[in-house]
Amino acid sequence: MNPQRFEKGQIKIYLLILPMVLLTGLPIVFIFFHAFKPMEELFAFPPKFITTHPTLDNFRALVKASRSAGIPLSKYIFNSILITGVVVFGSLLFSTMAAYALSKLRFKGRRTMMQINQIALMFVSVAVMIPRYLVINKLGLVDTFFAQILPLVALPVGLFLVKQFVDQVPDSLIEAAYMDGAKEWQIYLKVILPLIKPAIATAAILVFQQVWTNLETSNYYINDESLKSLAFYMNTLAGSTSNTVAGQGVAAAASLIMFLPNFILFCILQKNVMNTMAYSGIK
Amino acid sequence: MSIQRKANKPGRSQTSGYLFVLPYALLFVIFILTPVVIAIGLSFTSFNAIEKPRFVGLLNYINLITSDDTFMKFVIPNTVKYALIVGVGGYILSFLLAFGLANLTKGPRTIFALILYSPSMTTGVAMAVLWKIMFTGDQTGYFNSWLMSIGAINEPIQWLVNSKFLLPIVIIIGLWSSMGVGFLSILAGLLNVDESLYEAAAIDGVKNRFQEMIYVTIPSMKPQMLFAAVMQIVGAFQNGMISTLLAGNPTPGYAAQLIVNHIEDYGFIRYEMGYAAAVSVVLLLIVQIFSSLSGKLFGEKD
Repeated sequence: MNPQRFEKGQIKIYLLILPMVLLTGLPIVFIFFHAFKPMEELFAFPPKFITTHPTLDNFRALVKASRSAGIPLSKYIFNSILITGVVVFGSLLFSTMAAYALSKLRFKGRRTMMQINQIALMFVSVAVMIPRYLVINKLGLVDTFFAQILPLVALPVGLFLVKQFVDQVPDSLIEAAYMDGAKEWQIYLKVILPLIKPAIATAAILVFQQVWTNLETSNYYINDESLKSLAFYMNTLAGSTSNTVAGQGVAAAASLIMFLPNFILFCILQKNVMNTMAYSGIK
Repeated sequence: MSIQRKANKPGRSQTSGYLFVLPYALLFVIFILTPVVIAIGLSFTSFNAIEKPRFVGLLNYINLITSDDTFMKFVIPNTVKYALIVGVGGYILSFLLAFGLANLTKGPRTIFALILYSPSMTTGVAMAVLWKIMFTGDQTGYFNSWLMSIGAINEPIQWLVNSKFLLPIVIIIGLWSSMGVGFLSILAGLLNVDESLYEAAAIDGVKNRFQEMIYVTIPSMKPQMLFAAVMQIVGAFQNGMISTLLAGNPTPGYAAQLIVNHIEDYGFIRYEMGYAAAVSVVLLLIVQIFSSLSGKLFGEKD
């Protein structure tokens, strides 16, 4: 396990794993190439995998398409950034607070709450699209930004991973802070938060992925076009254009725009993720 | 004893615990717990989203079992196949890949893990477009063109319309995108197995890698195995939406109709919300059953 240097025995593993890695990676490389293909390469027959003359035409067409639809692309981008920003911030704040309480503070019902959250890991949100709509409708949130934000803030996996990580913070540190006269919220801010950065980063990635690519909220809870998210717009665009060869390039460009922020964020934070996952077990 | 002592310390009132949990708990109750409770409630009613729900007892469940031909003939067999291959198969595959990766040096391991994980970051959007282009039904489709060039087929196949191919395609896409959080958890678990356990096992007569895996590795990372199993099951069922993104709802000849698509069909196309809710409850139960089976396999007895 976890060898420090290359040994002959690893060649076998490379031979087994490399084909899987290539097969997995190819479709993503394909989307990348496809997004930069000029018209004549999109129409090329037999179809080409690699782009020889990359261009930004597809991205330009994408911006143009939104202009003709009446709502500028920048509006969708603004909406998505706002929604994603608020949800990620709120989710991290609330789940770290809850994780601290569930792990380190003593109060009645704490264990039960943790167990409920653990069961909720199995929550398949598509199964309750309809009742969720009823709740949002009842609260009068349809066609507001809140409908795009509030349902996504509580993410059971996020809380679970952060809580597992807070469990690793030694009680003696907290005891010492108490001795110095610190209040709970001071301990949360000054002791807990700095020590659980990897878990926060991991939760951030998971929440970001959920929100940035979420179609459900725009699809079902929002009728006002000007409040819908970039993911929604990209999806309709991809749906309406990908049936024609010319539209494929635009659709691929749209996919790439949705995929890249996820990918970059994960690349930056991946070390933290592995660190957090070490404590991800369910006991 | 220690709990008592801590609770009684000044400044550690029970209230502050509740205050810290409150914001999360509130949103959890409103947007996760309540919808589940409503789904269960609605499943005993007839509800078209306009008139008030009318109580019908177990009628929805009875209809589901006795008179919903689509459900019995297509949805259930499709879902079982899909869940076994993408859920169970994908889980075994994640473990094997993670096991391989754990035996490589850090640099290549990180890059490979990133590549294997990235499909799970692709959205419904990216997946649908990508695969639609790949599986275009005429000779301009990449897959057709490639198969024709190597001589495997003579004329293009209508991949996304042909009921013979639709479910396998959905399964392949499901497998492709199934190396998610669970996979990362297994990998991290493998890397954190105490090395001295292997040495001890070698003395006890464990001879090869396979025996090591069965007797040392898996037992010492059961919690991660369980977490990964739950993530895998949930991910597999969530991703079921891909079949309607590819082929519309209902899918041609119900060939790739999975249980989530059946819910969407009844809930948002036919507006039979009560019936859709009953199907949702069945879905939540299936996930629950799969998870508790994994719990039996990997749960640690105190």
